[in-house]
Amino acid sequence: MPESTLMGEHRQEQLHPELLHHFADPEQQRNSASLGMWVFLGTEIMFFGGMFCAYLIYRHWYFGDFGAASKSIDATLGATNTAVLICSSLTVVLAVWAAQTARRALLISMLVVTMLFGLAFLGIKGKEYYDKFEEHHVPGASFSFNNVPIPSHPGEYANPRHAQIFFSLYFMMTGIHALHMIIGLGIFSCLLYMACKGHFTPEYHTPVEIGGLYWHFVDIIWIYLFPLLYLIDRHP
Amino acid sequence: MGMPTVVPQQRFERETYLNKEYGIWSWLLTTDHKRIALLYLISITFFFFIGGFFALLIRLELLTPAGDLVQADTYNKLFTQHGMVMVFFFLIPSIPATLGNFLVPMMVGAKDLAFPRINLLSWYLYIIGGIIMLHCMLTGGVDTGWTFYVPFSSNFTNTKFVEAGIAIFIAGFSSILTGLNFVVTIHRMRAPGMTWSRLPLFIWAHYATSIIQLLGTPVVAITIVLVACERALHLGIFDPKLGGDPVLFQHLFWFYSHPAVYIMILPAMGVVTEIIPCFSRKRIFGYQFVALSSIAIAVFGFLVWAHHMFVAGISVYSALVFSFLSYAVALPSAIKVFNWTATLYKGSIRYDAPMLYAFGFLGLFTIGGLSGLFLAALGINVHVTDTYFVVAHFHYIMVGGAVMGYLGGMHFWWPKISGKLYPEGWARLAALIVFIGFNLTFFPQFVLGYLGMPRRYYDYSHMPEFQVLNVLSTAGATVLGVGYLLPMVYFLWSMRYGKPASDNPWNAAGLEWKTASPPPTFNFDEEPVVTWEAYNYDELDAPPQAQEVTVA
Repeated sequence: MPESTLMGEHRQEQLHPELLHHFADPEQQRNSASLGMWVFLGTEIMFFGGMFCAYLIYRHWYFGDFGAASKSIDATLGATNTAVLICSSLTVVLAVWAAQTARRALLISMLVVTMLFGLAFLGIKGKEYYDKFEEHHVPGASFSFNNVPIPSHPGEYANPRHAQIFFSLYFMMTGIHALHMIIGLGIFSCLLYMACKGHFTPEYHTPVEIGGLYWHFVDIIWIYLFPLLYLIDRHP
Repeated sequence: MGMPTVVPQQRFERETYLNKEYGIWSWLLTTDHKRIALLYLISITFFFFIGGFFALLIRLELLTPAGDLVQADTYNKLFTQHGMVMVFFFLIPSIPATLGNFLVPMMVGAKDLAFPRINLLSWYLYIIGGIIMLHCMLTGGVDTGWTFYVPFSSNFTNTKFVEAGIAIFIAGFSSILTGLNFVVTIHRMRAPGMTWSRLPLFIWAHYATSIIQLLGTPVVAITIVLVACERALHLGIFDPKLGGDPVLFQHLFWFYSHPAVYIMILPAMGVVTEIIPCFSRKRIFGYQFVALSSIAIAVFGFLVWAHHMFVAGISVYSALVFSFLSYAVALPSAIKVFNWTATLYKGSIRYDAPMLYAFGFLGLFTIGGLSGLFLAALGINVHVTDTYFVVAHFHYIMVGGAVMGYLGGMHFWWPKISGKLYPEGWARLAALIVFIGFNLTFFPQFVLGYLGMPRRYYDYSHMPEFQVLNVLSTAGATVLGVGYLLPMVYFLWSMRYGKPASDNPWNAAGLEWKTASPPPTFNFDEEPVVTWEAYNYDELDAPPQAQEVTVA
């Protein structure tokens, strides 16, 4: 940290219009923003962690029922969504690279493509939810899950009450994940606006970086959700 | 704007964070951490008196064995709202959001917190949560107890749990953002020369607090979401009818709510660690141990939650482990108490009001902590579970500890915050009244609980022998109420009529005393460079001339 005087700060303010008053230099500002996002993602891990904890306990208790319930979800849609999100992670990385290297057109197009991937994910998710609604797999009064065989135990049928716990967790975990996707789309809309306005330079592109961090995090959550919810007790 | 005042003192000409701008929007849209601290101060004081009002009604009901003042339903709502308001809207934000907000940037030598706008956002979230909670209370309230155990909260109560849950969720978000701001500020914004081993222990305590806020609060947030969805959308995650596990709820709830106690007590420990060296004119004894014991409390604090569940049907082996780990938390706590005592040893002790509160904290926290060991012991725990012994224990920690620390800190830093001196005589009297009132209120409850009076009963007419102790407790609560009103009155009085404070009225160490009282908007006129160790009272006191050294 340079031991800058008041005069020095005023000079820096002119050099770096994005430098906020309480930071000594742009590097401190960038490091703070980046640490802030990492710490926030740590809180997000704990937030999802509560649900993962509940999931693991119930899956341990009711493995067969969870397997049967899991099998009723369309794994092809889930796998497609996984592919969509992995592709969106790539486009986010390209967007950050474009911002670093002052390729504004590429930055804008990569942001747009990322958001399109995000929308596609939500659309496929909506289809999945609609199917579950049609099949009466939404927990509540009209829930029905009778005579569904347990994959690993031929001749046995899943307990509908335990299956309801699975679907409760399925809707909570994917629902809150989808909410994070929607927030991500909001963040990326802001980034897109800023990019179109020409706010980002090779010296200043912290918002793209930390917005990207958030997007990657939401992707990673999905990478865990997919096998845990869609691929239980499946055998070729 | 700056009207020339009749008092011809230069401090009235000087620009401070208080007189830089005027008008309601200069406060509601401020990003200055000091102004946000004052916004928090006003809001938490408001909620403190609401929670206190509920407490007073509870004590009045228990004055007589019969359930005469309120009926069972109302009583359930009273203790629920008392708990929810005091825990989530007063104690959790109390020291961090006011004193912490004000002091953390100044103590590390920064112009502001790392994210000033997020700091303001956190206050607004707190206010939104608070308004929802107020609305919930005014339109019926909740009767689940502040712990809102399932399946009562999810399936059975006919009161407004979902609304209260939303309020707590939003307030929790505000707490997370405060913690996030502190962690990043402490890591990234320290002034040149302000190494980790030179940080005031108040900062270490807030760092540990922030870790708990960051890692614990999200877990209670998701727990609230799960319960609210179970209630509103009929999902079944904890529902025993479906094979769900209500004990799992308790695990998730206490995973936050036990460490939450350390969110309340660690900042108070930080305050006391600033006060004691100043009023004994000595360097803190065992700086590293006090610093690392804060971190140790934060870490151990996450490993003890199931001692709230010894009678909930958890396995005996897990109960043994959690009992042992609960004892382990006593180690870092005891390290702190012994180091404070060792700091006092052969010190030149002055009995100003902040020090009186610090003494009160020492005694009451020790009693609260030791009674916690009773509860960590499996056998005694079963005997006193859900009795007034538990109530007395956690009030000794949360009121005797945290609120004493909060009041001590408010007195210690009031000259810095307001630029005025509070009336010392009144302050000492208030400290005494609070101490006496507190003990009169809660010590009888230890006895009541040990004799078997259950908590959360509004009617104890089948055990009238408990009335004497309950009358003592209610009388104490009245005294305590007076003790809490007094500082509010004379703090407000001093803002107008108090004597102007010098920059360093206590001759204390620490960067916040090296700038003006009240400080300028960016805290220091020139970026400070730290060349001394923390708590260098021997150097401060050695040559009398050195006392007036300021950076400016």
